[in-house]
Amino acid sequence: MNQTQNIKENLQEIESKKLMLEIVDLKKSFGDNHVLNGFNLKLFQGENLVIMGKSGSGKSVMIKCLVGLMQPDSGSIKVMGKDITKLNRMELDDIRTEIGFLFQGNALYDSMTVRENLEFPLRRHKKKFGNIKDTTPLVTEALGSVGLAHTINLMPSELSGGMQKRIALARALILKPKIILYDEPTSGLDPITSKEIIELMRRVQKQYKTSSLIITHDVDCARVVSERMILLVDGTNYVEGTFPELELSKDEQVKAFFK
Amino acid sequence: MHKNSAIKSFFIEIGELSYFANRFFKEVFSRPFEFKELLRQCYSIGNRSILLVGVTGFIVGLVLTLQTRPTLQEFGAESWMPSMVSISIIREIGPVIIALTFAGRIASGIGAELGSMRVTEQIDAMEVSGTNPFKFLVVTRILATTIMLPILVIFGDAVALFGSYIIENSKGDVSFVLYFNKVFKTLEFSDIIPATIKTYFFGFAIGLVGCFKGYNCKKGTVGVGLAANSAVVYSSMLLFILDFVAVFVTDIFFEI
Ligand SMILES: Nc1ncnc2c1ncn2[C@@H]1O[C@H](COP(=O)(O)OP(=O)(O)OP(=O)(O)O)[C@@H](O)[C@H]1O
Ligand SMILES: [Mg+2]
Repeated sequence: MNQTQNIKENLQEIESKKLMLEIVDLKKSFGDNHVLNGFNLKLFQGENLVIMGKSGSGKSVMIKCLVGLMQPDSGSIKVMGKDITKLNRMELDDIRTEIGFLFQGNALYDSMTVRENLEFPLRRHKKKFGNIKDTTPLVTEALGSVGLAHTINLMPSELSGGMQKRIALARALILKPKIILYDEPTSGLDPITSKEIIELMRRVQKQYKTSSLIITHDVDCARVVSERMILLVDGTNYVEGTFPELELSKDEQVKAFFK
Repeated sequence: MHKNSAIKSFFIEIGELSYFANRFFKEVFSRPFEFKELLRQCYSIGNRSILLVGVTGFIVGLVLTLQTRPTLQEFGAESWMPSMVSISIIREIGPVIIALTFAGRIASGIGAELGSMRVTEQIDAMEVSGTNPFKFLVVTRILATTIMLPILVIFGDAVALFGSYIIENSKGDVSFVLYFNKVFKTLEFSDIIPATIKTYFFGFAIGLVGCFKGYNCKKGTVGVGLAANSAVVYSSMLLFILDFVAVFVTDIFFEI
């Protein structure tokens, strides 16, 4: 009785907050491969939403549609109230300064040093911070927040996979975005490094007060970071709920994720 | 059936390449201009190929002179050597051979570089960082190859002529001044101008094909290798086609 009331209050609290991301009836196919068939999502301010789904279920496609890297076939995608499928290039760039994107494969520029990697978004998105002369304070701050200040002059190829992931996170954070999109932040990492990354995500969350959308099939990651979860099956929302709710589910499809 | 699909995919490829070229012309004249990146690319492309071009040019000069000499000697026409060698180098052999080496070095480099950036999502990362990757990566590289190849060809031609002079000097005791006097007396604008103009087209074609293959690279490391490889093959092929057209057009206007 008490518990349900708590959950209700929680839900009300979340609902009353600002809507950061909203996807309605998103569809995307590649030829005959119908990847997304009507996917829906809402992300509220300050919330951590986890999307789980099998490999190849279209999670990366969905998240790429969110930042305009792919055009959906149909459906609407609103980022902070603006439909990004209808924006021109400049408006899209403005919105993108508010979104940090952690790519599944890190996507660090391998011809640039760590410093240049972090400077790239700073110098490019001129509007947000103006024409900065000295980027060093911002770069060292972002590097410090992932605990890798000493790597500033190294090349990405000189770093381990876990360090690369952290640099990529620092690059996603450097513009102080309101929303962060994580595409499988722990994939390909050993359990200990995964834990470190998860800890880091939580710390970043507190420090920068961001809203996060986290794609993963790592149950431990979902357990720790998620406030709400969506399971993506066959290109659409299969179930939604909190981690404990889904973990106790009797549904075979849902159970399969928690093994 | 099989033949048909190969022909079809060939024409699809041509169509996509024209579309890509069209996009280049649209974006090259619109703001913002990436001057800094263009300079960086020019420097890096020149730096990567200058030694190769020098060595190739030198050897071409040597070999061409060594091979032609006996024939001219038979007719007692050794004194024509400088004219003959300089015309064939400046008009045809210099531009084509140097463009081919350049394609081998640069088109494959661009194909592999952009291909791996595509596969590892670095191009997507640029896009979300407020950068138009087509402008930043493709436009700058195509401009850089178009600017740099003519310069490299002039340099390579000079080295080739110098190589030719060394042979002439060792065999026939011709002085440096006399040799180059003969060279410059022979050469006319109708030799130099069309040859230089066509190198701009060669440079453009090499940059275009390299970028096209890399930028549209298919997933996986296999895709990157394929992009680099086909960039060289297609740009070399395109070079010969362009050369044929150039010679044809020059023939009409200058009556060589
Ligand atoms: N550019 C593309 N062209 C054609 N098909 C694509 C493209 N990108 C993705 N796909 C297809 O879309 C489907 C979903 O891919 P996606 O990368 O979104 O999977 P995912 O859920 O992120 O999987 P993983 O967990 O392995 O990262 C796959 O079948 C893939 O082949
Ligand atoms: Mg993915």
